[in-house]
Amino acid sequence: MSAGANPYDVAIVGAGPAGLGAAAITAGAGLTTLLLDENPTPGGQIYRAVTTTPLKERSILGGDYWAGAALVAEAQASGAEIVGGATVWSLDASRELAASWAGTSRFIKARRVILATGALERPFPIPGWTLPGVMTAGALQTLLKSSGLVPDGRLVLAGTGPLLWLFAAQLLRAGARIEALLDTTPWANYLRALPHVPAFAISRYAAQGLALRREVARQVEVVSGVTRLRAEGQGGLASVAFAARSGERRLMADVLALHQGVVPNVNLAMAAGIAHRWQPAQLCWVPVLDAAGNTSIDGIAIAGDGTGIGGALAAEAQGRLAGLAAVAAVAPERLARVPDRQLLAQALARAERGRALLDQLFAPPRWSRLPEGDTIVCRCEEVTAGQLLEAVGIGAMGPNQAKAFLRCGMGPCQGRLCGLTVTELISKARGVAPAEVGYFRLRPPVKPITLAELAAMAHTQRAVAAVVRE
Amino acid sequence: MRRDYDVAVVGGGLVGAALAWGLARDGQRVVVLDEGDMASRASRANFALVWVQSKGLGMAQYMGWTVRSSDAWRQLAQDLRAQTGLDVCFERPGGFHLALGEAELAARAQRLKRLHNQPGAADTSVEVLDRAAVERMLPGIGPEVAGGSFCPLDGHVNSLRTLHAFHKGLHLLGADYRPGHTVHDVVPAQAGFRLMTSRGEVGAEKIVLAAGNANMRLAPLVGLKSPMQPNRGQILVTERAAPFLHYPLVTIRQTDEGTIMIGDSREETTDETMLDLSIAAVEADRARRMFPALGKLNVVRTWSGIRVMTQDGFPIYDQSERYPGAFVVGCHSGVTLAANHALVLAPMIARGRLNADLVGAFSARRFDVAKVA
Amino acid sequence: MLRRLLEEGQRVRLTIDGKPVTACVGDSVAAAMLSCGLRYCRTTPISGEKRAPYCMMGVCFECLVTIDGINNRQGCLIEVREGMRIDTQLGRRTVE
Ligand SMILES: Cc1cc2nc3c(=O)[nH]c(=O)nc-3n(C[C@H](O)[C@H](O)[C@H](O)COP(=O)(O)OP(=O)(O)OC[C@H]3O[C@@H](n4cnc5c(N)ncnc54)[C@H](O)[C@@H]3O)c2cc1C
Ligand code: FES
Repeated sequence: MSAGANPYDVAIVGAGPAGLGAAAITAGAGLTTLLLDENPTPGGQIYRAVTTTPLKERSILGGDYWAGAALVAEAQASGAEIVGGATVWSLDASRELAASWAGTSRFIKARRVILATGALERPFPIPGWTLPGVMTAGALQTLLKSSGLVPDGRLVLAGTGPLLWLFAAQLLRAGARIEALLDTTPWANYLRALPHVPAFAISRYAAQGLALRREVARQVEVVSGVTRLRAEGQGGLASVAFAARSGERRLMADVLALHQGVVPNVNLAMAAGIAHRWQPAQLCWVPVLDAAGNTSIDGIAIAGDGTGIGGALAAEAQGRLAGLAAVAAVAPERLARVPDRQLLAQALARAERGRALLDQLFAPPRWSRLPEGDTIVCRCEEVTAGQLLEAVGIGAMGPNQAKAFLRCGMGPCQGRLCGLTVTELISKARGVAPAEVGYFRLRPPVKPITLAELAAMAHTQRAVAAVVRE
Repeated sequence: MRRDYDVAVVGGGLVGAALAWGLARDGQRVVVLDEGDMASRASRANFALVWVQSKGLGMAQYMGWTVRSSDAWRQLAQDLRAQTGLDVCFERPGGFHLALGEAELAARAQRLKRLHNQPGAADTSVEVLDRAAVERMLPGIGPEVAGGSFCPLDGHVNSLRTLHAFHKGLHLLGADYRPGHTVHDVVPAQAGFRLMTSRGEVGAEKIVLAAGNANMRLAPLVGLKSPMQPNRGQILVTERAAPFLHYPLVTIRQTDEGTIMIGDSREETTDETMLDLSIAAVEADRARRMFPALGKLNVVRTWSGIRVMTQDGFPIYDQSERYPGAFVVGCHSGVTLAANHALVLAPMIARGRLNADLVGAFSARRFDVAKVA
Repeated sequence: MLRRLLEEGQRVRLTIDGKPVTACVGDSVAAAMLSCGLRYCRTTPISGEKRAPYCMMGVCFECLVTIDGINNRQGCLIEVREGMRIDTQLGRRTVE
């Protein structure tokens, strides 16, 4: 497949709810729209494989999942060019994307770019988290959605956040057995969340969330107030140890599924040079956006969980709003053909209701964000918390000097699995705010590409002169 | 809160850290004032060659100075390891400069001839090899490689670990490293200097300006000068691979960790936040033509760095006539020259006088001469 | 480690470390490996520690495997194909 209409009116990265919503609007208004996603099929994380899943029994994944089918169908019918298996590995301030699919990379220009790259699960750096048999709860969910696979053997879930309960319920409905759900939500969070109860009580999270908890608790041992969680084993998971009110415990386990919320996937946006700020309530970096949702770079918008965690419905509404802004910028005369801005804004407000409580209640505890000693922080380069603290001790003020000293964040994941931990650990060690510590400086390619693919891209005269000098 | 030091080193990159380490080993009470985490730091962006061939066209003394540092590097690596436990992986197997096509090979031979015809040129044992000779040492070269030059004095090192080792060493020696202390003014005082930083004032008897391109602005404050002309270089790095390249090339080397670094352009810009992908593409293309098997490797990162570059490309080592406690040290090849800086230059500064026989040629006064002529 | 809920999906044949196995159309390489009972898919190039797919969404790079002779491919983002040769990735890749 080639990029047909290059340059495009609109290029969208990420085919989750935000990207699909945006594409439906812009292509629906007649703008040439390219929607790229590195997954083979559209849907993003929540609607993963919604068009191809082997699961026919609808109750397993639930109505919220299947709602995605209509959104995918709408985007597909809109006339947008949707390319799966396409990894966007660079974006710059002139709105030029570099994307790789079918073994070839190409440059793509667009008048407006909408990043809808979503979220990833927050790092969960506990002792033993690199052992085979330990994976994220979202990974298990993906295996269920895409392939109808469920864990066989002793399964333990651990962590905090609304998604953990959803994952547990989906696995149970699919017939999996869960030995225990280890809830790491700190008691203090319940108190902190209290002021947000009124707004929460009327949100859709309230009824749904409580029902899920009841559904899970009926079938699984739920241990609350869990701390000191460790995965144990030689060359693979054998047991899970933790502390609870009742004291120290150890469970034999074949699979440990970890989850403590999701955080924006910032790599592409940061590599493009878009300004970000530390979001203290969600303990993560979010892009700096103006009232209309624009980033610090002209013509590049971000929608969905990439702007801060809001969930699928908020993501879809944000995506549609970003699509609308693109239509207004590129072809204002077509605005008559798109839905009313007011309605979309209302949908967004509805979807965001109750979020503040979730942020407070499910703020992951310090112990599971701030590892110590020999616990691995950077999985790729096998850098431990102790090494990182030693680097701070000899003068590394922030992630970039630490990276130079230790290689943390230099592996293929480019800090996605250690960046937040590194920022927070340095912040704790230095006694300054994460915002002051900062983040890794990111650069393209945000995903690895082969040397041959890079070599085959256009060579300008200027570039040749800068390299061949003798 | 004013603490006194024998010497304040401005800049904590490879040049400043090597000097500070040498000074601290010499018993000096040292403070290093450095910028913060996002600083433009060539020490984090370099190619890590300890390189001899091609250095010094236009200044023969620079050849000798480079050879001397290359010879001293083994000692430096040993000292760092003994003190810090960090192996900086210095190796000197000799290095190549490969030519794609006959025209590049002829240009290479021509350049080396001019270099070695200079009066006072050092013997580097560099030789120009034809394709067959290159292939015996570097199996796997592509069909376009016409030959290259080989110099047995060339080598490489893990430069990030070297930076780490200097800083760890400084810490162990009790030196004060103060990041986040950008120096914006230096005021000569009665017995020494007062340095105004973004986080307060520091006093020291002597100062060494090792602030890279910022030396240009700082040097005049203490009666020195340091004309600079920075440029940008871009580098790619691949995932780790099993050992396959046993000699460093001027533009390709395999690190001790297994990654393959590919460099390195020269662009007349000093914006290090952005990258020119077309340049990355040309670099990747040349690497693949030199070693076709590299094509399959994944590029995991790229970066650009701003080279610290004096206006004629040669080091500037100088001592202020007006304020003799003030020194300026700036150069491009801070990795190659680290051994000289730590083991030769630092002791001179500790004594308070640069030895003109050894480093007189690197005084910035040469720029006045050039203007007159 | 994993069990398939539905057995009726269309099958493809592949080899994992030389052993013939089957997987379902639509499986990622990582899913196929886990469904065939593999506990790990690679050893790290640093300590040689065993690792298995962790995120299944393309961000952690723990699922690196050799596919049809090409090293270090992200198994969770690549779908299986009839006749595919999958091998565990042992330490650093090779250059050849
Ligand atoms: C593993 C996981 C499971 C989840 N499960 C649920 C659930 O069951 N129910 C629920 O309510 N919420 C779930 N969530 C949260 C939910 O996914 C989000 O609220 C919602 O998907 C946000 O929509 P989005 O469009 O912003 O992002 P996403 O749905 O994440 O979509 C972003 C898309 O961008 C693509 N992408 C990213 N970078 C690039 C690039 N460089 N090039 C090309 N493509 C790229 C990704 O492949 C992805 O498909 C889950 C989150 C995670 C991480
Ligand atoms: S399992 Fe994380 S990238 Fe594939």
